[in-house]
Amino acid sequence: MSVDLGKSLGKEPASQPGKGLGPDLGKKDRIDRLAALTATGPDEAGVSLTRDAFRRLRRNPVAIFGAFLVLIFVFVAVFAPWLAPKDPKTLYLIAEVRPNNIPGSQAGFPLGVDNLGRDELSRLILGSQQSLLIGIVSTLMGLTAGMALGILAGGLGGRVDTVVMRFVDIMLSIPGLLMAITVALLLGFNPFSIMVAIAVTQIPIFARLLRGSMLAQRNSDYAVASRCLGVPASKIIFGHVLPNSVSPVIVQATLSLATAIIEAAALSFLGLGNADRSIPEWGSMLADAQDFLTVRPELAFYPCICIVIAALGFTLLGESLREALDPKFRR
Amino acid sequence: MAPLLEVENLSVTFGRKGTRKVQAVDGLTFTVANGQTVGLVGESGCGKSVTSLAIMGLLPSRGVTVSGDVRLEGRSLLGLPQRQLRDLRGSEMAMIFQDPLSSLNPVVPIGIQVTEVLVRHRKLKADAARKEAVDLLDRVGIPDPTRRLKEYPHQLSGGMRQRALIAMALACSPKLLLADEPTTALDVTIQAQILELLKALVVESGTALLMITHDLGVVAGLCDRVNVLYSGRVIESAERRELFGHGRHPYTAGLLASVPRLDSPRGAPLLPIRGSARDTIPWTEGCAFAPRCDNVIDACIGRPPELTDVDGSHQLRCCNPTTVRPVEVLG
Amino acid sequence: MNLVEVRGLKVHFPIRRGLFFDRTIGHVKAVDGVDFDLEHGKTYGLVGESGCGKSTLGRAILRLIEPTAGSVIFDGVDIAGLQGEKLRKARKRMQMIFQDPLSSLDPRQNIESIITEGIDAHDLLDSRKQSRARIVELLEAVGLSAAALRRYPHEFSGGQRQRIGIARALAVEPDLIVADEPVSALDVSVQAQVVNLLEKLQDSLNLTFLVIAHDLAVVRHISDTVGVMYLGALVEEASSDDLYAEPLHPYTRSLMSAVPVPDPDVEDRRERILLPGDLPSPANPPSGCRFHTRCPWRQPERCDTEIPELRVLRPTHKVACHYAEQIEAGTIRPKSADEVAADQGVYVAATGGLDAKDLLDAGKDMPLPQQGF
Ligand SMILES: Nc1ncnc2c1ncn2[C@@H]1O[C@H](COP(=O)(O)OP(=O)(O)OP(=O)(O)O)[C@@H](O)[C@H]1O
Ligand SMILES: Nc1ncnc2c1ncn2[C@@H]1O[C@H](COP(=O)(O)OP(=O)(O)O)[C@@H](O)[C@H]1O
Ligand code: SF4
Ligand code: SF4
Ligand SMILES: [Mg+2]
Ligand SMILES: [Mg+2]
Repeated sequence: MSVDLGKSLGKEPASQPGKGLGPDLGKKDRIDRLAALTATGPDEAGVSLTRDAFRRLRRNPVAIFGAFLVLIFVFVAVFAPWLAPKDPKTLYLIAEVRPNNIPGSQAGFPLGVDNLGRDELSRLILGSQQSLLIGIVSTLMGLTAGMALGILAGGLGGRVDTVVMRFVDIMLSIPGLLMAITVALLLGFNPFSIMVAIAVTQIPIFARLLRGSMLAQRNSDYAVASRCLGVPASKIIFGHVLPNSVSPVIVQATLSLATAIIEAAALSFLGLGNADRSIPEWGSMLADAQDFLTVRPELAFYPCICIVIAALGFTLLGESLREALDPKFRR
Repeated sequence: MAPLLEVENLSVTFGRKGTRKVQAVDGLTFTVANGQTVGLVGESGCGKSVTSLAIMGLLPSRGVTVSGDVRLEGRSLLGLPQRQLRDLRGSEMAMIFQDPLSSLNPVVPIGIQVTEVLVRHRKLKADAARKEAVDLLDRVGIPDPTRRLKEYPHQLSGGMRQRALIAMALACSPKLLLADEPTTALDVTIQAQILELLKALVVESGTALLMITHDLGVVAGLCDRVNVLYSGRVIESAERRELFGHGRHPYTAGLLASVPRLDSPRGAPLLPIRGSARDTIPWTEGCAFAPRCDNVIDACIGRPPELTDVDGSHQLRCCNPTTVRPVEVLG
Repeated sequence: MNLVEVRGLKVHFPIRRGLFFDRTIGHVKAVDGVDFDLEHGKTYGLVGESGCGKSTLGRAILRLIEPTAGSVIFDGVDIAGLQGEKLRKARKRMQMIFQDPLSSLDPRQNIESIITEGIDAHDLLDSRKQSRARIVELLEAVGLSAAALRRYPHEFSGGQRQRIGIARALAVEPDLIVADEPVSALDVSVQAQVVNLLEKLQDSLNLTFLVIAHDLAVVRHISDTVGVMYLGALVEEASSDDLYAEPLHPYTRSLMSAVPVPDPDVEDRRERILLPGDLPSPANPPSGCRFHTRCPWRQPERCDTEIPELRVLRPTHKVACHYAEQIEAGTIRPKSADEVAADQGVYVAATGGLDAKDLLDAGKDMPLPQQGF
């Protein structure tokens, strides 16, 4: 049965203010004037949820501050070779380093030198590269694998879901540090093994998160409506369910960047990082500095501050992203 | 004698600095006499719940501006410190909500929740309080009250929960009971039980009842006096027979014409009010109902219409009211 | 002529328990043996209390929930037996309108892509331009302007969202529309707009409606035939006029006497037939007549043990009560709610035999049975 709608259907008077209103024409412009005063005029262009979220994000001072910290961090990391005043590997003042004295701030070395006489500032600046790289790559790896598992479980449901989630539960039950050490032992002492180690601890978090919100979205009315329309299953999952489930995952990924930076430092601190200790890295700098805490405590303090600032930036950004994406907070 | 509750020119505005302000209640005035049952009717978003929260002093203190006056037995409530308000709530006035589950503590048996009220406000001993609680539950029609005292809120059905809440509200024989859509979440047969119960309790205890609802039918059977709200203001107020028989505001008349009635002949078309509650203008610019009103004239715009007495205790806020409905409808 | 014939339809949800291996410890009998017909071009209204199985029945007819038993013959084909691509194709002819107009629209899609979805799924139109014209036509049919195309669901009012939902359903040119509480989430002043729109669309497109609602006045206004459900089964079915003029089943009687009417005179005069207690649990329905735990007319023995059939009492009036004739003639007198409650000895709680926790657990994260998209 095909009915020509245009013919068989009259046009229902539009239910928007200012349209088809008013019993006689004389009142029309008066009512238009009234409609212009209404809070939601029909003329403003459609605003998608994503754009709406960004609008609110931009207005949030916490988000701005977080983004500012992140920008500084990324800028420093990307342009580190040009920003660093000196070569980070050269042992400039090695001759002046004594067991009970490390040269402090002086001309040419604003933050002093480390225990091998290398320029502390340049090492801090170049260290940001390692942190950013490990943070981003490990989070991306964790995110990809975690989302794949999440989609599998949350999209297919049923038995697949049970199997995948049991596997994820097992991953979750292994202590992160144990896992990291095992991975490092298997893959050798290099930044890549740190990345894999951190990624592996993040997989179950992403998988659980995505699976949970996908299962909830899958039974929501609009997914049922699409099913009722005869839309193929794959299209429902990737076109409706997934896009509506990723916001918590995006928030978590931002927060994970922060943890990844801290974990990268922690693993390097424990000596699981790069075997080549001359490449600057905040965690290993901290480890080196701890032998000289009494001599020059600033050397431990500086990398700490860097780690905290970088992690704080991502955390603030993530938390305000969570707020912005939460429909509860929408006007 | 002064009325029990006087709400005078009450305005409530939400919104912190920088965000858009929401005027939830806008110059609301009404009174409740001792032992009287007064209805507050209006569509969702017209400010009913906010009004009740303002009366109870339950609005959050930050980001909300309240002006005007609320007096209980001549005593102004708006300026009172939280401690005194807390004492008043429960002893002088009490409230029941739409969703009984969320207003009961889920991890405490209802018996303890009821006795707690008695111990705190009536200073009863634990034993006496328990006896009294059994009495109360029995009075609100909860069968087998001794056993029910030990049950948790989730073990009760919606109707039973609402009864338990009513029991708690009546524990200290308050002079005023506020009921915010107490039957909206319930089925008609359960709604009938609760309405009968409220009716009986009000007569029996002499408590004044402020009944907040969107259902004209509920008001017709229960209230002595009815206030119709639109966009945060009373637009018509009258004794119930006067209002349902001779309601003159275009909005009141429109509401009555747009709901199908179980007892009227079938087949009569419904006459909807056009547009939605979103199509409104601020009261300062004229009549908020003007964009939806069939009777709109020049005088409606520019200056807000005043609430004026039309005849006896019938008050109306309209420049061009509908003519009185013929009396034969009543025959 | 009947468009849909439902026979012996049952939907039982398993209640599962257990840490690793879910044991089935019982069934929620949401729909338990329902027969009825949907006449072509007519509206069938389904009323009943919350949890009595109305929505489940509606969704089972559309195969959005897998029926446990029974058949749904749609225009000669048993929908309950269709699988895969055949089922997907068949969906074109039956659509649904939802209660909550916001949650039934994907918040991330604009109105154009929401409405196009069905057209694309069934390749109804070839070109983008054609489909754009068609969407505008649909929007106008439901009373929205083309300006809505690029906007998103959250930018509309409740009534407008419901119109969008209706346009989406109409896009695939269905014959049957199941409307689950189409107006109960809307403001009173807006409900009438949507009711009028549905009636107008039915006239112009010759649609068949199954309207599910708990508001008896709305159902009466819009339906030709009304079915009353109690605990998963139909207890009475009649033409709208007959049912409201002479409700024969005790449950229908009390249901109607409970509906408030916006008229003080009617309210003051009316005698309410108050029912004691709540709906028993569908996991453990009472024996015999399922209504006997609350029925003011209940008679000993037979009501407790023998299940009353839905039998034809008059040409357009079916009732499932052993004593319908006697009740109508007034030879059996009703008891008051308190007497009934006392009669039953123990109070009949909403949770019936099972502990409330079982039900909470059962509903929580149980996927719909063999749902599979
Ligand atoms: N997926 C499910 N798993 C288990 N039980 C379910 C499920 N869906 C529904 N039920 C149960 O089936 C019964 C009927 O539910 P249904 O949603 O059909 O009721 P309804 O009549 O539509 O009620 P309402 O008026 O509240 O919408 C209820 O007891 C409900 O708890
Ligand atoms: N906490 C809040 N913050 C901002 N706006 C609010 C808040 N609570 C209520 N409002 C707004 O106040 C208006 C009246 O709300 P309410 O009194 O809850 O309406 P109802 O009449 O349905 O009970 C609405 O526009 C609502 O959005
Ligand atoms: S004041 Fe004017 S616009 Fe407002 S309700 Fe009365 S007639 Fe209508
Ligand atoms: S069969 Fe008995 S219990 Fe059931 S409705 Fe009829 S009289 Fe009541
Ligand atoms: Mg409210
Ligand atoms: Mg339902």
